[in-house]
Amino acid sequence: MVGNKESRTIVQTLSGKASSDQAETGRTFSGVGVSPGRIIGSILVMPQAVQEPAVGERLAEGTAPEDASIALRAAAKAVQTNLTARSVGASGAGREVLEATALMANDPMLVKAAVKLITNGASAERAIWDAAASVAEMLHNLGGYMAERATDVLDVRSRIVAELRGVPAPGIPYSDTPFILVGEDLAPADTATLDPAKVLALVTSSGGPQSHTAIIARALGLPAVVAAAGVDGLSDGTVIFVDGAAGTIRVDPGTDEVALAKAWETTTAALAVFDGTGRLQDGHLVPLLSNVGGAKDAVKAAAAGAQGVGLLRTEFCFLGRDTEPTITEQVEAYRGVFDAFPGKKVVVRTLDAGADKPLPFLTDASEPNPALGVRGYRTDFTSPGVLERQLEAIAQAADDTEAQVWVMAPMISTAEEAEHFAGLCAAAGLTTPGVMVEVPSAALTASSILEHVDFVSLGTNDLTQYAMAADRQLGPLAALNTPWQPAVLQLIRLTVAGSHDQGHDKPVGVCGEAAADPALAVVLVGLGVSSLSMTARALSAVAAVLASVTLPEAQQLAALALTANSATDARRIVREKLPILNTLGL
Amino acid sequence: MSERTAVIASRVGLHARPAGIFVAAVGELPLEVTIAMAGEPAEDAMDASSILSIMSLGASNGDTVVLRADGEGADEALDSLVKILETDLDAE
Repeated sequence: MVGNKESRTIVQTLSGKASSDQAETGRTFSGVGVSPGRIIGSILVMPQAVQEPAVGERLAEGTAPEDASIALRAAAKAVQTNLTARSVGASGAGREVLEATALMANDPMLVKAAVKLITNGASAERAIWDAAASVAEMLHNLGGYMAERATDVLDVRSRIVAELRGVPAPGIPYSDTPFILVGEDLAPADTATLDPAKVLALVTSSGGPQSHTAIIARALGLPAVVAAAGVDGLSDGTVIFVDGAAGTIRVDPGTDEVALAKAWETTTAALAVFDGTGRLQDGHLVPLLSNVGGAKDAVKAAAAGAQGVGLLRTEFCFLGRDTEPTITEQVEAYRGVFDAFPGKKVVVRTLDAGADKPLPFLTDASEPNPALGVRGYRTDFTSPGVLERQLEAIAQAADDTEAQVWVMAPMISTAEEAEHFAGLCAAAGLTTPGVMVEVPSAALTASSILEHVDFVSLGTNDLTQYAMAADRQLGPLAALNTPWQPAVLQLIRLTVAGSHDQGHDKPVGVCGEAAADPALAVVLVGLGVSSLSMTARALSAVAAVLASVTLPEAQQLAALALTANSATDARRIVREKLPILNTLGL
Repeated sequence: MSERTAVIASRVGLHARPAGIFVAAVGELPLEVTIAMAGEPAEDAMDASSILSIMSLGASNGDTVVLRADGEGADEALDSLVKILETDLDAE
């Protein structure tokens, strides 16, 4: 999952194969493989972000304001037409976003404000830039739902400026035929327009293993390589081979790559099945659960053989709203998930708003450092009551279902917080309280925390970013930001040790992205983790690799990883001892 | 000048999808229609064909708004718009 030294350089080799583009023939790129899969396809490059027109940019000499206004109106109309056409092909929430942004593109208020600026001598680009900025600020100041729409106005603005300049619109390119998407990095907003039926694989020049690109790729089961420097310089239509496990890309693939891509097709078919019992070769049981974000996900996860839900993200109930959902609405939403897993464990994580998941009625968007701010459980300090009502809703939903409902709080830092949360659960009638271990302080004090709660679940994405002091969205820090870091593994070991202390021996699960990496899953089990929860797509691959080792072997691999010199070494050493990974192309 | 009042029926208020449907309907009329919160002076009324203006109005479920238009067919046009506002568009 992590780039080694060589991954920073671009190795140029010559291929014997003829190509129309000699300069790129056989060229290879190396990055960080974040989602396995070997595939060949032609690329489309995500256009660069639109650059701001110079402040105070005036109309070019000889351009009449009337003509510039006509050009602006035409550009606004063109963007509206384009977005409307795309909305027809979209569905659900994506469609609504596109329909609303289409209306904004040609909005009379916005266009009139821009035309007024043009009449005063501003260039069309600068006029729409400033007019949209005022509207966005107005929406931002209204707060709540409106504040979120400010981003849409700025998106529309970029599109109009791109149209005026005659350059491609920003965002994910649109095509009728499936393609490999190449870009610098994907933003959360791009996910709304990413059509998994059209995109074969994701390759980015920036971003890390925890970036949005990586998370989206794993959720959609798309092969992906991130931090492949230089790859965004390739031109549209270039045919490349992508290996999402090895993290390599080859331009104009040869017969070897064609064979690998064919073999991967066979492997995915074979890996599509998980028998519903996670176990090691020696029979040691490791329940494999799924992370889900709603009833639809839960039904899919159950069909994929998940042994329960290790992480129910409850944000789905809250996101995109400007007020708190009612208890009745919440009960209905949670019950949909519980009903998919009768007799099985469903771990509900209470609302995890803040940082990269802001919620207008709970979090303060102006915090200078949101990752270290009021997020997760901490929103209970500033908006008391929301958590209690959510627990009440969970308890009501749990009442008439057959699922075993466990509840956990995110972003717990101290045993005192764990105790308080357990108290709230007890008051709501919820019998199995737990907490997430994402903050290093929680890993270090796991023993005290487990005096108050019945289980802990390691959220490795945040645990890694906090342990390594490395923002998970930053490409240059990708090498630091991997759960293969020996320091992160030490924190996991300490958490397990905390559970064994004083004879607690309470369950320690993992529900971060780490559990979906089959090699790392072996290490986690070796460290004493009792269950793994992951995206449903990863279940079969993780199960296949776990079944190839015994518990003592897993413990030995864990010991090697713990004492490795670097994350790269830890990963390499472990992968070398798991030959099944290469056989399966994982 | 024709004038109508309407009580916003959509649970989410007059934004998101309901606002989009309303603006699209106004856009199809050959008239200039304005919208204001009840009690606000007519000169502060906003262009009802602008989704951004409608959003900045901030009308919530249960709020009363005033629609105004001039010209031939204004009465019928406003009646049809009132019908849209008084339907819970979010539920459909």
